Amino acid sequence: MLGLNKRDTSFLLIVILLTMTTPFLMQPFAENSPLAQFNGGYPDLMAKVAIFGIFAMGFNILFGLTGYLSFGHAAFLGVGSYAAVWMFKLLTLNVLPAVILAVIMSGIFSLLIGWISLRRSGIYFSILTLAMAEMSYRLAYSVLTPLTNGETGLQVRPNDPRILDSATSANYPNLFGLELSSSYHWKVLGHDFTFNVGFYFCAVIAIIAFYISMRIFRSPFGMMLRAVKSNQQRMSYTGLDPRPYTLAAFVISGMYAGLAGGLLAAMDPLAGAERMQWTVGGEVVIMTILGGAGTLLGPVLGAGAIKYLENIFSKINDNVLDGWFSFLPDTVREYVVWFFSRFTGEGWALTLGLMFMLVVTFLPGGLVEGGKRIGALFRRKPKDDGDDAEHPPHSTPHVAE
Amino acid sequence: MGILEVKNVGKRFGGLQALRDVNLSVTENTVHAIIGPNGAGKSTLLNVLVGKLIPDTGSVMFDGQSVLGRKPHEINQMGISRVFQTPEIFGDLTVMENVMIPCFARRDGSFRVHAFETVAQERDIIDEAEHMLADVNMLDKRDMHAASLSRGDKRRLEMAMCLVQKPRLLLLDEPTAGMARADTNNTIDLLKHIRDTRDITMAIIEHDMHVVFSLAERITVLAQGTPLVEDTPENIKGHPKVKEAYLGEQAQE
Repeated sequence: MLGLNKRDTSFLLIVILLTMTTPFLMQPFAENSPLAQFNGGYPDLMAKVAIFGIFAMGFNILFGLTGYLSFGHAAFLGVGSYAAVWMFKLLTLNVLPAVILAVIMSGIFSLLIGWISLRRSGIYFSILTLAMAEMSYRLAYSVLTPLTNGETGLQVRPNDPRILDSATSANYPNLFGLELSSSYHWKVLGHDFTFNVGFYFCAVIAIIAFYISMRIFRSPFGMMLRAVKSNQQRMSYTGLDPRPYTLAAFVISGMYAGLAGGLLAAMDPLAGAERMQWTVGGEVVIMTILGGAGTLLGPVLGAGAIKYLENIFSKINDNVLDGWFSFLPDTVREYVVWFFSRFTGEGWALTLGLMFMLVVTFLPGGLVEGGKRIGALFRRKPKDDGDDAEHPPHSTPHVAE
Repeated sequence: MGILEVKNVGKRFGGLQALRDVNLSVTENTVHAIIGPNGAGKSTLLNVLVGKLIPDTGSVMFDGQSVLGRKPHEINQMGISRVFQTPEIFGDLTVMENVMIPCFARRDGSFRVHAFETVAQERDIIDEAEHMLADVNMLDKRDMHAASLSRGDKRRLEMAMCLVQKPRLLLLDEPTAGMARADTNNTIDLLKHIRDTRDITMAIIEHDMHVVFSLAERITVLAQGTPLVEDTPENIKGHPKVKEAYLGEQAQE
């Protein structure tokens, strides 16, 4: 089906099923149960998982396949957001043109940055992309204020021209009149499941993005990208020019980032310069490595895990911790709560850092490798080679030399 | 006129004249060896031929076209393949993929985004790669990771990757360097098999006299950056100038 073999087709169907049932999967606890704070089935969070999943998927096409580590992909996310909000302001609040323009603009922008940065490889390439992203951030923050509205950020205002919208049109981002923020709540057995238009819009696009990335992985083009990572010397002495291949991968991943940026703007129609900061570009690196660089599903898992945990950990404040440790005597509790509060709430980044260190040290293939190891434990007799022979997990860091 | 014509090539690195007035003509469908003591300029000459170095003077013509100033991938697309001193292969990829990549390069040129076909649909390329692997007795290893092959098998795979492109000229840079005697003999047999079953021109840069005399039809002796003599193996063996060049080197050691 769709040019995929049987195994890939069922893989894709499972991904579609999981994506479509996310409102159930991420809401496992009843409303009034004490575990309800671990529920993640909010439209905002679910959409973020889908959006950052797209971001990481695209990043993986560059980093996972060619081994070129870019720290500058936040710039393309930002460009996508700005392009989308400008489309909202000038043309229409319908999200489709906005998302399309976001992809086109980030494609052009990544062609420019990639063309410059890809003159070098390895660490020099990484530093160049980092510098480019930081430059874009500074430009967006101050120099290009007429275009980006500086530190306030670009917003949709009632007096925007919006030439395609009539007076009766919706005043929020919509898909042909269907507002993205509208939701249907299904309350059953104490559970509250939310089905949000915006989430499903992002989810459908994420599935399409996943399908495209799958096709790229299985294509001769994908094989060439892995050849770039493996041995560029052999590649050029085989009559292949590695430069345009890496540039193509860079632009594709930039367009994925722009798509994610456009969707972020569609869910919440404002674009600020902080979206271009290098920390955002660092986050997608962490997501990809945490999930498993070079694997199809890994980056999406990484994005989901980080966004979910970020949400949960940020909600755990001192009061919650106090409640958990209420069995301890007051003096001890004070210290224990102080200690754990460093890792929760505002201190979530510290937990993420520890988690990242542990995964990189003990599970270099990321969550996907973890899953495979667990699978191998249960599968006593290794009858078939269930793991992906074409894309085995790598025990070495994925950096092009 | 040979398929490869090197005329008056000179190359200087600072105070060292690495190549001086090199003239070389490789005839089509012969095996031509370039030998010489250490520092004779063999590797510099090879790097000029593959586009890695640009000489200060002279010209290098392949089949009537100049190779100077072209990039390695362009020179390969002209029909020159190269085997390295230490095998250069795609270690992260399978043996089969290693052989398929040159097939794609020959069919589609130096760059093409064929992102919406799957590798499995490319029947012609798969057949071609399988035939090649069968020819070098590696079909049973087709799904192995290339990095996990033995040294001898890596060399064999690299040869297969070059041959599947049907090059008009195959350049070999010390193909048996650092090999055990058994592996060396295997490589010689493989090269003989290639020489006798294909229309191919080979230029071998080699240190090992045993390899050179069992394969070559013409030999050029290089010493101190310039060709000393060019002749058949029989004549080279007893040539006084060659003895002098090699013995001189040994005397200095």
